[in-house]
Amino acid sequence: MTIENSTTPLDAIHRREGAKMVPFAGFDMPLSYTSIVKEHHVCRSKAALFDVSHMGRLRFDGEGSEALLDKLLTRKISDMPIGGVRYSLICNEQGGILDDVLVSHLETPSQQRYHLMVVNASNREKICSWIKQLLPEFPRVTFSDRTEITAMIAVQGPLAIEVSKRLFHFDPSRLKYYNATITDQFSKPVVVSRTGYTGEDGFELICRCEEAPRIWENLLLVGRDAGFAPAGLGARDTLRLEAGMPLYGHELTEQVNPLTAGLRFACTFQNHDFVGSEALGAITSQETEFVRIGLLPESKRPAREGYLVFDSQGDEVGRVTSGSLSPTLGRPIAMAYVRREDVEKGGLEIDIRGNRVPAEIVKLPFYRRK
Amino acid sequence: MTRDQSKLFYAATHEWADIEEVDGVKFATIGVSAFAIEQLNDLVYMDLPEVGREVNAGDELGEVESVKAVSPLYSPVSGEVVEIHSDLPDQLEDLNTDPYDFGWIAKLRLSDDATVDGLLNFEDYEKQCSESA
Repeated sequence: MTIENSTTPLDAIHRREGAKMVPFAGFDMPLSYTSIVKEHHVCRSKAALFDVSHMGRLRFDGEGSEALLDKLLTRKISDMPIGGVRYSLICNEQGGILDDVLVSHLETPSQQRYHLMVVNASNREKICSWIKQLLPEFPRVTFSDRTEITAMIAVQGPLAIEVSKRLFHFDPSRLKYYNATITDQFSKPVVVSRTGYTGEDGFELICRCEEAPRIWENLLLVGRDAGFAPAGLGARDTLRLEAGMPLYGHELTEQVNPLTAGLRFACTFQNHDFVGSEALGAITSQETEFVRIGLLPESKRPAREGYLVFDSQGDEVGRVTSGSLSPTLGRPIAMAYVRREDVEKGGLEIDIRGNRVPAEIVKLPFYRRK
Repeated sequence: MTRDQSKLFYAATHEWADIEEVDGVKFATIGVSAFAIEQLNDLVYMDLPEVGREVNAGDELGEVESVKAVSPLYSPVSGEVVEIHSDLPDQLEDLNTDPYDFGWIAKLRLSDDATVDGLLNFEDYEKQCSESA
């Protein structure tokens, strides 16, 4: 039996552009169009377009949606006004991370209010079943998986907002960071949020599948003189790593809790009972055994996921979760979980394919936009 | 000198070998094909073999690392490493534009029993690439 991958509505455009396509979480996705490093620099200096239609888009309508989300998410959502977007985690009863998500509170032109949650592609099925288990408690909530009937495009970079203005019926520069709105494009609703996963300013938009190719091509058209270019998953990964953002399956897993991951800010403990709150509440006052840190290996070769971290005595004290060459810094960077006491002591080394290489501990992120 | 791609031998793992005979001794200059360099995308590191090392065809000679991943470099032939291109790891960007001349990696003296039987000619290699692309 062969299982065919899904394709996004932009598949034909990617192939026409000569993108190198790779399977990712059940989708054929562009890894890069030209070179990962070039696409990375386009995003940092101008603006890059990313097809992120593989991400899961889940919608909650009806009375009780906020109560359901408050129970599901580590962060309280019920006090979020219309137009708000929040980063949150979904945990199991033990406090292990099931996913990290963005939730928006939206209102349609006909004044229907709903919540939209964007989940990781690789976790979509798991999260959908997790939500379905909670649904019987909230009988008036309508839950729908909108992933297959919508597409999602991220436009990220210092010129993203300014240059894309011409395309919208509203001024995206008036949309505050971590805010979202519904606008229309060719008389079809489009969700626009000032969010992203690159460390740059920019926005992400969600539209119906059939509108996606036209919006993508129009974005490239208005951005052509400003140097806009498409970028693939390869650059998305190096960009988020420089920005110190965790990635599910690497920094975040069911074996890691939000406190160890350094995501205390994504948890509301006051007046908030959620799945995992008991387990997490019990450990909030303690220091976690491991800490997520940034490392600068003193080598030409990047440290990769799974490479081990040692202290100056040669004892294993941690493990790299993501590592690559940083195109912006022109040197390898890595994120790792390391024992707290050894982070304080310093003098760490990473085993890079048989060589013990000294690695300086740095505060995340590696890159912060000006 | 410009190496003629169509006269080289290719391993299915994308290394090329240029075989020449000098005073009755056979040598192979080896490198990585343009197709593989393009697929690897953004090379960041190359690890060269040591001069004097003896390898069999298919043995790992070193590693090539891109932004995305580490890939092993296999020897397409059996023999002894007699020369390495030691400037190459510092000028990996030139591999993109010139994989067959500047991009040579090592020179091997072929062992007596070395053959090219397991290698592909240009046509068959091109066919393999177009099928996997």
